[in-house]
Amino acid sequence: MDDRTETTSSPERSQGPSSEEFAGLSPDSLREALRRMLLIRAFEEQAEQLYFQGLIHGTMHLSIGQEGSAVGSIWALRPEDYILSTHRGHGHSIAKGAKPALMMAEFLAKETGYCRGRGGSMHIADVETGNLGANGIVGGGIPLAAGVGVSIQMQKLDRVVMVFFGDGAANEGAFHESLNLASIWDLPVIYLCENNQYAMSMSVRRSMNIQDISQRACAYGIPGVSVDGNDFLAVYRAAKEAVDRARRGEGPTLIEAKTYRWKGHSRSDKQRYRTKEEVQEWQARDPIRRLAERMMAQGWLDQASFQALQEDVAREIQEAVAFAMESPEPDPATILEGVYA
Amino acid sequence: MSRELTYAQAIREAIALAMERDDRVFLFGEDVGIYGGAFGVTDGLLDRFGPERVRDTPISEAVLAGVATGAAMTGMRPILEIQFMDFITLSMEQLVLQAAKLRFMLGGKVNIPFVLRTPAGAGTGAAAQHSESLENWFVHVPGIKVVMPSTPADAKGLLLGAIEDPNPVIFVEHKLLYRHKGPVPEGYTPIPLSQTQVKREGADLTIVATSLMVLRALEAAETLAQEGIQVEVVDPRTLKPLDEQPIIDSVKKTGRVLIVHEACKTGGYGGELAAIIAGSEAFDYLDAPIRRLAGLDMPVPYNRELERRMVPQVEDIVDAARKLVREGI
Repeated sequence: MDDRTETTSSPERSQGPSSEEFAGLSPDSLREALRRMLLIRAFEEQAEQLYFQGLIHGTMHLSIGQEGSAVGSIWALRPEDYILSTHRGHGHSIAKGAKPALMMAEFLAKETGYCRGRGGSMHIADVETGNLGANGIVGGGIPLAAGVGVSIQMQKLDRVVMVFFGDGAANEGAFHESLNLASIWDLPVIYLCENNQYAMSMSVRRSMNIQDISQRACAYGIPGVSVDGNDFLAVYRAAKEAVDRARRGEGPTLIEAKTYRWKGHSRSDKQRYRTKEEVQEWQARDPIRRLAERMMAQGWLDQASFQALQEDVAREIQEAVAFAMESPEPDPATILEGVYA
Repeated sequence: MSRELTYAQAIREAIALAMERDDRVFLFGEDVGIYGGAFGVTDGLLDRFGPERVRDTPISEAVLAGVATGAAMTGMRPILEIQFMDFITLSMEQLVLQAAKLRFMLGGKVNIPFVLRTPAGAGTGAAAQHSESLENWFVHVPGIKVVMPSTPADAKGLLLGAIEDPNPVIFVEHKLLYRHKGPVPEGYTPIPLSQTQVKREGADLTIVATSLMVLRALEAAETLAQEGIQVEVVDPRTLKPLDEQPIIDSVKKTGRVLIVHEACKTGGYGGELAAIIAGSEAFDYLDAPIRRLAGLDMPVPYNRELERRMVPQVEDIVDAARKLVREGI
């Protein structure tokens, strides 16, 4: 986020090629980004365990392997900027600043959860951190983003909205309508497509005849860029440019972050549509390890501090689970609350 | 003070009053600006409020419903016009799965105060894809409110009430009412939603009608009065959430009820009204079966006579009411 980004006048920024390589981000900011990525992974691994133990009702969609695109893109936002997320949205929420304890409480359907136990994994929202919610409908947030953009524009707020969606959503009709409208009205929207290669079982190779989803941007007269979604810095750079452009009132950008989900689509997925080898190839491009290694090569991180980060994250997740387990269930007498204002 | 305005003028006046009063209110939709709206309802508003607050849009009903929802979630009070109610089918995902549910799904942390205005109804020779009355689809979706004004005064007051309401409101206008004139109070005079109104008092029969059918019921009541049948006409005005008690009270008084709406009968609002009445304390007062008169279960036909026959007319209401009172069926 911008408050962690160095200004051009800061001494560290002028260190030469090394800081340029890190897109002007300070060592502290990078460490926090790395911690956030570790937190997402630990959160999801824990959630999966709780699911296996029968403690989580319903389903969930894990984003393990996609932490680079979630944190890399959100790192270009300010706290007051908005995001709209997807059914695979735990990473976006944590990257934007959601508290794992309140998320875990929601997973366990507790009154203390972000949605008072009414939404679950697919609807985590944290309005105070600008997170307007994950969405159970593929592409469901894409039209909403145009509305948030209009709202920002009309209220003359110095904000942007970043909407996440997957490769599958890029084939929904609403994608076309939203990008076109955002373009003609110069709305401050960043369309962030996390192409994780499969819409459930449908491969992008079978669902579209283009190489890069970002090619579609030219149909709307807006910039489009595809980046390695498992490279935190590549995602950050593209997002920063798009965010700056939107803030200047120059309109939307379409970014495609090419990435991969290590786990199945949801809990019922037997993964018949892909090979173990393919999964292993992508696991070799782990976004967390890649960022950690680059920081180590720069001397901005060592094994001991990396391990300390992991321990810190593990502790936070354990506390989150404890909080969630101790929290009360919703009172059935309140069942209708929230339907109407 | 009140003066005569058409239903369309009353709606336009309500939009202008709300926009003058509250910077968060803005109007958008297909051809609402330069063209003045397909039925001329928003004529002149672009000149008055400028292109930022009166926005012509591409033909993109899905994203327009998303714009209403997203803008409402983040502090605005949008008014969206969907040019024909038929076209709302293209907005359904955003309305039903997003606007209606987001507040609940997010634990009550956001409000979604927008109004979607849309002209419904047959009678213009526009055939099956420009004449639908789909209000009951939305009655079935918790989280959404549904309003159907029948008079110019109600159109103005209820639109102001809908704009003030913190929920998504589907505001169903009727094309054949746009030129209908009636007294409309001056100034900012919102009518709160969910207030059923008795439009005419009578002792022999209750007619519960919506939208254009209220006018037809009132006309039928005049004819029936000459035969000595005193009809009470009740207009729910807000279909959801419904103010039930005035309907129940009326049926208790008259002992007979005829429900009239334009939308197709099967699965229509009349079924809900009939069930409410049958399940209420009015049941013991019924002297005859609860009757429904509604659109035929078919697409709206083009031919003038077929189109007329598809929708309840004044004479149909007179016949049904007379039978109910005289023969008890």
